[in-house]
Amino acid sequence: MESKVTTMADAISRFVEDGFTIVIDGFTHLICFAAAHEIIRQRKRNLTLCRMTPDLIYDQMIAAGCASKLIFSWAGNPGAGSLFGLRRAIEGQIPSPLEIEEYSHFGLAARLIAGAANLPFYPVQSYLGSDLPTVNPQIRSVTCPYTERSIATVPALNPDIAIVHAQRADADGNAQVWGITGIQKETAFAAKNVIVVVEELVDSTVIRSDPNRTLIPGMVVDAVVVEPFGCHPSYVQGYYDRDNDFYVAWGDISRDPSSLDRYLDEWIYGVGSRTDYVEKLGPDEVSRLKAELVLSTPVNYGY
Amino acid sequence: MAASYSTSELMVVRAARELLDGEVVFVGIGLPNLACNLARHTHAPNLTLIYESGAVGSVPDRLPLSIGDPCLVKGAAAVCSIFDVFQYYLVNEKIDVGFLGAAQMDRYGNINTTVIGNYKNPKVRLPGSGGACEMAIHAKRVVIIATQNLKTFPETVDFITSPGQKANGKTRKDWGLPGGGPTLLITNLGVFKFDSESGEIFLTEIHPGVERSDVVSTIGWNLQMAGDVTETPEPTADELRIIREELDPDHLYI
Repeated sequence: MESKVTTMADAISRFVEDGFTIVIDGFTHLICFAAAHEIIRQRKRNLTLCRMTPDLIYDQMIAAGCASKLIFSWAGNPGAGSLFGLRRAIEGQIPSPLEIEEYSHFGLAARLIAGAANLPFYPVQSYLGSDLPTVNPQIRSVTCPYTERSIATVPALNPDIAIVHAQRADADGNAQVWGITGIQKETAFAAKNVIVVVEELVDSTVIRSDPNRTLIPGMVVDAVVVEPFGCHPSYVQGYYDRDNDFYVAWGDISRDPSSLDRYLDEWIYGVGSRTDYVEKLGPDEVSRLKAELVLSTPVNYGY
Repeated sequence: MAASYSTSELMVVRAARELLDGEVVFVGIGLPNLACNLARHTHAPNLTLIYESGAVGSVPDRLPLSIGDPCLVKGAAAVCSIFDVFQYYLVNEKIDVGFLGAAQMDRYGNINTTVIGNYKNPKVRLPGSGGACEMAIHAKRVVIIATQNLKTFPETVDFITSPGQKANGKTRKDWGLPGGGPTLLITNLGVFKFDSESGEIFLTEIHPGVERSDVVSTIGWNLQMAGDVTETPEPTADELRIIREELDPDHLYI
C-alpha cells in the first residue's frame, strides 16, 4: 500500500482545489495554521471556508484573497477582540466581497453531525425567537411527526476536504487527540477527503496500546503530514501553549490592511515551510511556549 | 470601612453571589469566568464549571484567556466534544445558569451580538451568536453582564441574536422556549431583575456612588423601578484578595 505520509506542500496541492468547501478544524485547540499558510502560499482561490470560529486562521486566508464565502458561527478574536481582515471583507468588500452563511455554534456543529451521520439534515431547537433564520435561508423547519410541533433544521455539510490536527498518528492516519476535541471527529467523517496533520508520527503499536484515545481512524484519512509546532499561535495540549501575546497583537496587526499585508509577506509568503517558520520564531519563543509535563495515570487494557 | 475597588470588581462579586453551591454553570470568558471562579473559591465550592469548548468540571489554575484554554482541561472532571456539550448538557437542560454579554440589549433582555445597522450592509460586524443563542434558549436562567449607555440599551435592538423574555412580540411560552431566559442584569451602574408579568427589566440595586439619574439617562426607554431600590453590596476584603491575587493577578479584566 502506498504510504499516506507526505509533505504539507504535496498534501495541499493534491487535495485542495480552487472552489472547494474546506474545513480546517479545531476549537481554540489544534488549529492547523501550517495548513492555512501553505494554502495561502499556493494561492488557492474561491474557497468556501467553514469553521465555527474563523479565528486568526481564516482572517489571514480571507485577507490573502483565498475565500469567496465563509460559513461560521462566531467571528471574533477569541479572548482578544476583533478579526479586522474578515470585518473589512464584510463591511467594505476588501480585498473582495465575501458571502457569509451564519449559524449559532450548535447549528453549525449540527450541519457537520448530519454530514458525518449521512443524514440529509439535523433538527435543532436553536433558533426559537432569534432573528438568525430571517437572514439565513438554509435554516428551515419541519413538523415533528410525533409531537406535531415545528422544529428548526440545518442541512448536512459534507466538505470537499477536512484538515485536522492531532497530537500523534501512525502512518495509516489513526489519529489520537486529547484535550479539547471540538467537532473534529464529525468533520473528518463528513468530509470527502481528510488530511491529518500531527506533531509526532508514532509506530502503530503506540496507537494500539491505547485505542480509546483514537479520535479519527485511518480508514477515513487520505494523507498524513508531520508538522511539529504546526498549530502556532494556537496550541497543542501536552506540546505547547497558546501564544496569547500573538492573539492580542493580531488586533493591531490586522486593524491596518498594510500591516496585515506585511505580516502575510513576512511570515507566510516569506517562509517556504513550517520548518522555516519555526526557525524564524526562534528557540526562545519555542521554549517559552513549551508545555509542562502533566501525565495521566496509565490504564490497564488487560483481560 | 470597605477597601477601594473597581466597578468591574463590584460586578464580578455581585455576579458570584448569584451562584448557588451545587449548581451547574455555563461559563464565559472575562467577568463571568472571574465570577464563577470567585464563587467556587468562596461560598460555592461544589459549583460545576462547564465551558462551551467541552471542558466539564474545570478547575483552572490560571486565568483562561479563551473559552478553550488548556488550563480548563487539566484536572477537569471530563472533556467532551462540542456535540456532547451542546446536545447532552445544554439542550438536555443540565445547565442551571448561563452568562451572556451584549453589544445591544432591549427592555426584555433580547440581545444583539451580530450586527450594528443593516445585516446585509452592516455598519459594524460583531462576532455573532457562538453558543449565546442556545444558552438564551436552554439554560434554566441567564445572567447578563453589560456596560450601560444609550448605544447598548436602545429602545429596539438592530438584530435579535439571543431571545430574552419577549422576542418579536411573543413571550417565551409562545415561542416554546424551554429555559427560563434572563433573570438578572448586572451593569456598571446597577442591578436589574425581569418582571414576571411584563418580561421587562426593573432596577433593584444601584452601585455605591451612582445617582439614579445616571441609570435612567443611559437607558433608551422609560425604566421601571423596584419599590425598594437598594445599594449594591460592596465586595469584602477577602473577595477582593481572591480576585486580585489568585484569579486575575495581571489585572486583565479588573
